[in-house]
Amino acid sequence: MTLLRHLAAAVVLGLILVLLTIRLDPFRDYQIAEIACYVIAVAGLTALVGWSGQISLGHGAFMAIGAYSAALLQLHWHWPLYVVLLASTVITAASGAVVGVAAARLRGPYLAGATLLLAVALPSLALSDNNLFGGDQGLTVVANTPAFLGASFPLTRWQAWLTCGCALIILVLLANLARSRVGRSWRAAGDDEVAAALAGLNVARLRVLAFVVSAACAGLAGVLLAVTTSIVSPGAFTLTLSVALLTGAVLGGLGSLAGAVWGSLVLVLVPTYVTDVATSHGLSSSAGSNIPVVAYGVVLVVVMLLFPNGIQGGLVRLYRLAAPRVPAPHWRGRAQPESGAPVSPGPAKPPRASASEHSASEHQEEGSI
Amino acid sequence: MNRSHRVGLPAVAAVAAAALVLSACGSSGGSSSGSKSSALTASAPGITATTITIGSHQPLTGVAAPGYDEIAPASNAYFDYVNAHGGVDGRKIVYKYLNDQYNPTDTVSVVKQLVLQDNVYAIFNGLGTPTHLAVAPFLNQEKVPDVFVASGCECWNAPSTWPETFGWQLDYVREGKILGSYIKQHFAGQKIGYFYQDDEFGKDGVKGLDMEIPKADVVSRQSYDPTNINVGPQVAALKAAGAKVVVSFTVPAFTALLKLNSLKLGFSPTYVVSDVGADPITLAGLLEAYAKQGGAKVSGNALTQGIITDGYLPTLGDTGNSWIALFKKIHDTYIPKLPFDGNVLYGEAVAYTFVQAMLKAGRNPTREDLVKAIQAGLPQGPAVAPYAYSASVHSGMTGAYIGIIKNGVIVQEGPVLTTTTSATSPVSTYTGSAPAAPASGLP
Amino acid sequence: MAELGQLTLGGLSVGMIYAAIGLSLVLIWRATRILNYAQGGMAMFTTYLAFEVINRTGSYWAGFAAALLGGLLLGGLIERVVIRPVENKPPLNAIIVTIGLLIFLEGLAGVIYGGQYRSFPAAYSINGLKIGSAALGISANDVFVAVAVLIAALLLALLFRYTAVGLRMRAAAFSPPVSRLLGVRVGRMLTLGWALAGLIGALAGVLVSPSTFLYPNSMDAIFVLGFTAAVIGGLDSPAGAVAGGLILGVLLSYVSGYLGSDLVPLFGLAALVVVLMIRPEGLFSAPAARQV
Repeated sequence: MTLLRHLAAAVVLGLILVLLTIRLDPFRDYQIAEIACYVIAVAGLTALVGWSGQISLGHGAFMAIGAYSAALLQLHWHWPLYVVLLASTVITAASGAVVGVAAARLRGPYLAGATLLLAVALPSLALSDNNLFGGDQGLTVVANTPAFLGASFPLTRWQAWLTCGCALIILVLLANLARSRVGRSWRAAGDDEVAAALAGLNVARLRVLAFVVSAACAGLAGVLLAVTTSIVSPGAFTLTLSVALLTGAVLGGLGSLAGAVWGSLVLVLVPTYVTDVATSHGLSSSAGSNIPVVAYGVVLVVVMLLFPNGIQGGLVRLYRLAAPRVPAPHWRGRAQPESGAPVSPGPAKPPRASASEHSASEHQEEGSI
Repeated sequence: MNRSHRVGLPAVAAVAAAALVLSACGSSGGSSSGSKSSALTASAPGITATTITIGSHQPLTGVAAPGYDEIAPASNAYFDYVNAHGGVDGRKIVYKYLNDQYNPTDTVSVVKQLVLQDNVYAIFNGLGTPTHLAVAPFLNQEKVPDVFVASGCECWNAPSTWPETFGWQLDYVREGKILGSYIKQHFAGQKIGYFYQDDEFGKDGVKGLDMEIPKADVVSRQSYDPTNINVGPQVAALKAAGAKVVVSFTVPAFTALLKLNSLKLGFSPTYVVSDVGADPITLAGLLEAYAKQGGAKVSGNALTQGIITDGYLPTLGDTGNSWIALFKKIHDTYIPKLPFDGNVLYGEAVAYTFVQAMLKAGRNPTREDLVKAIQAGLPQGPAVAPYAYSASVHSGMTGAYIGIIKNGVIVQEGPVLTTTTSATSPVSTYTGSAPAAPASGLP
Repeated sequence: MAELGQLTLGGLSVGMIYAAIGLSLVLIWRATRILNYAQGGMAMFTTYLAFEVINRTGSYWAGFAAALLGGLLLGGLIERVVIRPVENKPPLNAIIVTIGLLIFLEGLAGVIYGGQYRSFPAAYSINGLKIGSAALGISANDVFVAVAVLIAALLLALLFRYTAVGLRMRAAAFSPPVSRLLGVRVGRMLTLGWALAGLIGALAGVLVSPSTFLYPNSMDAIFVLGFTAAVIGGLDSPAGAVAGGLILGVLLSYVSGYLGSDLVPLFGLAALVVVLMIRPEGLFSAPAARQV
């Protein structure tokens, strides 16, 4: 039932997107493709951070792995695009397993530190071997419009279709995963490891699985971004990207797939808009180009202070304020997740005074799907 | 693929047809070089009767911004000057440069925005090698002129794969050869050390150096990663190898770091530094605080004294030079808050070259006309050596002079030297003379 | 080998800076259990303040004092205004807030001062010290840096261990509700913790800026390595941060000298992974409750 419902929603969304891409101009199609790539990456990250409670400041590295695998596979083995997509996702999932195993015992800021350094170190690997990875100039990924669409089909529209299609598939898969036993186990292990272990869950295996899934998403996003921008170079996968992904996930609403969409929209659309406004006012070069940076910082701080559950949480709150009193939806298994709901609130305050103060540090608030 | 013109298309078509007929009756060949009385039309995307809109991608914020963020405002200043003095055939140049933070993903975004949404006529002076490589295929696919890329990579000279793309500045291989030939002449047999950025800038420079300097003389090759400011180990290695001359292909910050670390280690070789990292004003600014230390009464200039470098534009210290006078006047009028340093000179000079090309492209140019105009060859302008532009060569400058920094300015030492990027061609003296700047300041 | 000695000394002197940043991160972690991603940005900002004061008054020490005072005030202000609302929320919110703060500070510095690299003076001469005619490979300034960081760490340790304020701060971090019952003004202690961290961070900024030049993003890379040092040493242990910084500094110096500077980030990662696999909570942190 859940699967059918999600599929139906995906089909409807897909149709809307197809119509949109036909109506909009090529640049907007390109932006839609970019947004779709980020949705995939941010959705995977929100699953890792929001559901299984593990912080990753290094998902840009997984995107890089996906993108570079695709470029290398295409360059050396000339595989067709769809095979490359699948293979790169699998390769990145495998790397996620490696990272997950290495990080299995790490918690909170220690995990953050390790993933941070992963994000910094991995692009430098691409620089060290010029011939294999193309050095700082990078490699290219070639992806042409398939023949069956006709010669005059705009490339940007096909890229938008490809990326949006993949995004919808990933969202359906993740939504199903969230409602499945795995999803519940993740949330259980993320909330209280000891209790979950006592209840019989293999916490370590769940944590690694979460890394595998989110890395696979990031890898796919990386390949698709490489297809859309047609270049893979270390400069595209800096620490800033990893931080942006996390920021997007939290801004949009941690643990929420709709939140992943909001976060990606913000990531792609907000910076370009603000830059235009600043440069068109003839401000001195450094002042003008830094004002968008200041504004972005302020927006991040203010949104987090006012809407701790992100955009999705804010929307849900507004909806609950506006809509007449409806009985709370029946949640299978979980207590009421959103803050501000009339029923008993979830754990809002991480118990700092507990004895095991080291392990209690990543209690996450449950977001809604 | 022009979609957003506000001028009524049928009217434009009629006027264009009339103009073509008129000019066909007149001179032969090339673009519409009709009489001054022919009307200005919207002959290409980005061109209207009153404006020419061009775009660029530049690092305005982020780690690559310092210094480079002056180039586009400087070009804009020159365009403002041209606009105030009649424009290009009466049209004003609108220069739209967007921030890509030196991130190739952002470069693709902003260039697609400029081409697909803003319909610019051409992309001018896109900055950076990894960043521009991300968009060169797209620009060539869309047949958008991609002129005067702000990068010394040899890769822009590829007329068969990228017919729309043109370089401008002296490429790093040529620069390496010119510096190398000077070292071969003046420091023959001495121990040479290389210190270079581990990207295409440094590696191409080293490639050029190796074409001239005998391998046996090179005792140490140290590369650095621009994200890691701790170059102490590299300098220590150069010192340990006993290098008497250090050739460095570095950006200004790392030239300064090389110098500072050498001071710390008590190492004092002769420095030969690429033009990219040897602007005396920038270096003096970076080293200023150290010169004040220890009771020294001199400014940062003392620490740059004697650095050997090259230059492909007239040196800022040559105040009698007509180009420097012109560009300084424009700087003082339009961008007085920026320092008048190498980056500003670069920005104004490349903008001048663009205006030269636009004037050659004709009164109502198409995008093709601009490409053809450059391929037909451009007059030398402020460059000290001729351009190599032709139908089969898309690289720009062919030579530079060697200079030595004395009292905070580069003083030319010897003649202008020219060469090609091939290992077998020699570095030869350029015997022609550089033209003076036009009195009006317009080409 | 002379080169080994050179590399070791160089690594120690740069490791001191990582230690200082690591120390400030540990202070904040111990006080509020928050990862302050903006620590480097705050240090950069106070260094600009010092730059401004030095240029106007011509005195290095006036600028130095201004930076330290500014760090104290900035840290306290940030905690009170920006961090207080997110202290009881999930830790990720605080991380995003500090990321936003970092972006804000970098942008603000860019608006006021522009992106160009500024030359920041060193306290003492940067010419290499010599014994006879052999260059030691470090300068008087390097010695000053090391001494300054060690004194700061020592003073902090004394503060925490032997003063009433230090005791109150430790109590507030360990168990806020109980401390409140015992009369400790927990909020004030948290603010003080951030203020002290701001002070140490400002010190690190002023000490390192001569060799990194001062520009809005100048402290980004230093922050990453300082954070790594803190994690290696254990986020609960100030001594661990100092030790972690020195170890990291020396290790990376060797890697850069013998293997090439492009391998430095990879070896940093490798070191971190190795340490965390052996002790998931850092080398010197007190053992957590044992998991059964």
